[in-house]
Amino acid sequence: MPPTIQFEALAEDALLLRFGERIDIELNARVQAATDCLRQRLPQLECVPAYASVLLRFDPQHWSGGDPHRQVQAAACAALEEPNPATIAPRDLVIPVCYGGEYGPDLAEVAALCRLDAQAVIARHTAADYHVAMLGFAPGFPYLLGLDPQLTAPRRTDPRQRVPAGSVAIGGSQTGIYPEALPGGWQLIGRTPLRLFDITADTPSLFAPGDRVRFQAIDEDRFRDLAATNPA
Amino acid sequence: MNVTVIKPGLLSSLQDVGRPGHAALGVGRAGAMDPPAWQLANALVGNTRGEAAIECTLTGPSLRFEQATVIALTGATITARVGEHSVPMWTTCHLPAGSVLHLGGMASGCRSYLAVRGGFDVPAVLGSRSSDLHARIGYAHGRPLCAGDVLPVGAAARLPGLPAANDVQPLDWSLDPQPWFDFAQRPLALLRGSHWSQLDAASQQRLLGGRFILSKDSNRTASRLDGPTLQLQAPLELISEAALPGTLQLPPSGQPIALLAEAPVTGGYPRIGQVAAVDQPRLAQLRPGDTVCFRETTLDEALARLTARQQRLTRLLATIAQRLEQA
Repeated sequence: MPPTIQFEALAEDALLLRFGERIDIELNARVQAATDCLRQRLPQLECVPAYASVLLRFDPQHWSGGDPHRQVQAAACAALEEPNPATIAPRDLVIPVCYGGEYGPDLAEVAALCRLDAQAVIARHTAADYHVAMLGFAPGFPYLLGLDPQLTAPRRTDPRQRVPAGSVAIGGSQTGIYPEALPGGWQLIGRTPLRLFDITADTPSLFAPGDRVRFQAIDEDRFRDLAATNPA
Repeated sequence: MNVTVIKPGLLSSLQDVGRPGHAALGVGRAGAMDPPAWQLANALVGNTRGEAAIECTLTGPSLRFEQATVIALTGATITARVGEHSVPMWTTCHLPAGSVLHLGGMASGCRSYLAVRGGFDVPAVLGSRSSDLHARIGYAHGRPLCAGDVLPVGAAARLPGLPAANDVQPLDWSLDPQPWFDFAQRPLALLRGSHWSQLDAASQQRLLGGRFILSKDSNRTASRLDGPTLQLQAPLELISEAALPGTLQLPPSGQPIALLAEAPVTGGYPRIGQVAAVDQPRLAQLRPGDTVCFRETTLDEALARLTARQQRLTRLLATIAQRLEQA
């Protein structure tokens, strides 16, 4: 029997399943497991996982003959109460990052805020195992859990109008990567040459919720080589 | 057959039903801001497969049609002419080869739809030809139309119900726009949002009884509503959850923001209300400076109104198709 889930009707075609109200790896793991399970058993629903909740979107016309939200809720509960289906093994991704310099203009500031030197920030950032909690903000933007608490750094008071694509950033206790050049307020510590989002590809997003991620430090030469083989 | 953009208008873009099913990747649904108007424009030119149409905002574009074609205009009341001929709305209109269609300002409303027989046939991206201007996805990387754009039009058989003509020639019947373009400023039906009960009592009253003005800071993503300041009983620290078009968010400024078609897929502001789906096209037709009022609705009432509108639209689409097929 799964722990309690709160159900909330958000709109005529939307029901939110809330597992908790914190940013927490274990809570998010339950979100990912529930998302896998609901997608397999109720493929007619669109499932949108977030930190601690899953949004279900449905066509109310297909659940006619009574309150559609109650029917979707009952179907979701039944799906989640059955023994877990074969769980989808999380993917492991290694993301090369060139830290500091023009690639990570805020590295020194983050180091100062964390009372560490730049090398120690890089060492801690590359030592951790991260999970993709959800994608949002922009297509393909991964919100990653697992940042070393020592690296917590506040958002910038003067957000940038344009953060370069591939920038690896820290915002509070989270870390993420900007898939495109976007405005943004997180601290930029490095940049990956990988392309995170390619709308023309069969799977447009490099990341999916539930993926496990590690960062690997690379130098500028390696960044340029990889960038040449991953044209934006 | 191509259509060339001579002047782009204020903000014109290709739109269809959008991209449902990709929110988990951070890609929103987006698509036409006034879906029934978009659907009726397509129906009036005999398009039945969700073809892309041009969504115009406040001032429409000027377009050259290389070949004879069939068009329809719906949505906000827009001036439209080809040479000396004015082009009526809410009907099907034949245009001869070489026509230059000038779409002008809107007498009321904010968004008009121009459908062309065969649809604008740009490459589909994630199953849709619509432009997501915020996420920069779609035709020309999701930018608005520009002067010089050449838009391909899909091939389509001649409509039996339309006489061949050498000049601008509308049908002798048109739709009653009233149920579909309702610019009477009646209140928008609002469902209580997740954090409604955290508003203080005075703010709850102000939200349902007050008058707001649609801000100039409005686009396809969101509209800010200027008016009485709303307050929570205590500050809320929320973690990001899914966001939806129609959601009324309350940022710290106390002026609510209504999310629209290109809403981001997640958000972290308190959600104080949700505009009933059936009233979201009316929200999309409000112009900066227009008054916005809300009344409370229930999920049952909102669903019943949505179903009734869907049934009415389905019947009308069938009637239009039938009349266009009659020679």
